Amino acid sequence: MADKIILEIARYSPEQDQEPHFESFEVPVYKEWVVLDALNHIKDTVDGTLTYRWSCRMGICGSCGMMVNGEPKLTCATFLSSYAKNGNKIRVEPLRYFPIVRDLVTELSDFLVKLKKVKPWLIHEDQPPLSQGEFLQTPEQVDRYKQFSMCINCTLCYAACPVVGLDPVFVGPAAIALAQRYNMDSRDQGAPERTAILAHPDGVWGCTFVGECTRVCPKHVDPAGAIQQYKIAAVLHWLTSFVKPRGQDTKNAHSESGND
Amino acid sequence: MPTANPETTRGEASYTPFHPRWYRPHVSVYWWLGEWHYLKFILRELSSVFVAVFVIETLFMLNALRDGPEAYAHFQQCMRNPLLIVLNVVSFFFVVFHTITWFNLAPSAMPVRVGGKRLPDVLVAAPSYVAWVVVSGFVCWVVLR
Repeated sequence: MADKIILEIARYSPEQDQEPHFESFEVPVYKEWVVLDALNHIKDTVDGTLTYRWSCRMGICGSCGMMVNGEPKLTCATFLSSYAKNGNKIRVEPLRYFPIVRDLVTELSDFLVKLKKVKPWLIHEDQPPLSQGEFLQTPEQVDRYKQFSMCINCTLCYAACPVVGLDPVFVGPAAIALAQRYNMDSRDQGAPERTAILAHPDGVWGCTFVGECTRVCPKHVDPAGAIQQYKIAAVLHWLTSFVKPRGQDTKNAHSESGND
Repeated sequence: MPTANPETTRGEASYTPFHPRWYRPHVSVYWWLGEWHYLKFILRELSSVFVAVFVIETLFMLNALRDGPEAYAHFQQCMRNPLLIVLNVVSFFFVVFHTITWFNLAPSAMPVRVGGKRLPDVLVAAPSYVAWVVVSGFVCWVVLR
């Protein structure tokens, strides 16, 4: 007989509730079960109305992020057994600072709009013809941005960042880290276009370097590092703009923000 | 793609079948008290006030030194005030906390690359600690010799 553990799950129905409340469910603890398995068990056998997002169950899709005992976690990578000794209770809530649509489902449109604003794709103005072949990169050039490219948009970093909660217009950790991922890519020339969003009070200057985004990131992206590195690049760019001939600053901005 | 409208994400939106009434929890003024990580951040930010206290005291000390032995003796007398001693003890611990936390954050903000590879964080932070010990040792040697 498996041990039991109690899941206290935040429930919110927009048609009936003014605010979320908690419901407790007792679930078995198998050593290979994660919190997501427990949620699936409840939905399949106890209460089919329980609403939450999930997809891949292997830390790739970034859908199943929730607050587990107050910490932003991917529930597919959070084992029940690690909480079994901790009072035998697990509190599961929707990701903090996001509007709640229903139960554990949060509204992500605001994040997606911010993400699109930083243009997280390769921008190449003088596109060479295909006959020239692919863009080659050295291992060192890949290494400069690879860490930031591991982001899966799970938004745990937004739930960990108090600035996101206090200042809803802040672009936020993941979007800035992804902008920096492209700024540091030797194939990209879009850094000047991203400057208006990033070097802005709602961009990197909104960040107070709490560092929680980096601590909770399940893919070790280090968004806090990306933001601070962009702050230094932005200041250097601003300083060098005084000594460069006019027109040169925007042309070369991408090289100062991390490109080779 | 919906547009980012702070009003709809921040406040109460009205319920319609195609626009559910979102619930957005209020962020408490005391959000930083609930978790050690947040409290540590606030203490780190607060520590800059105590760094400023030490800077102002040093400026007063230099001013007294410039004005001569009597002024410096008066400065020393003022610094023996119990309230100032308590303030300085508290400031000392905050300044140490400030130094350690920022030294530990530096590698994240300023990664160092050697031979195309990023140096481990500990190797980037270590020179700061070494310089701190060497400079502190030198100051102690000058003051206590």
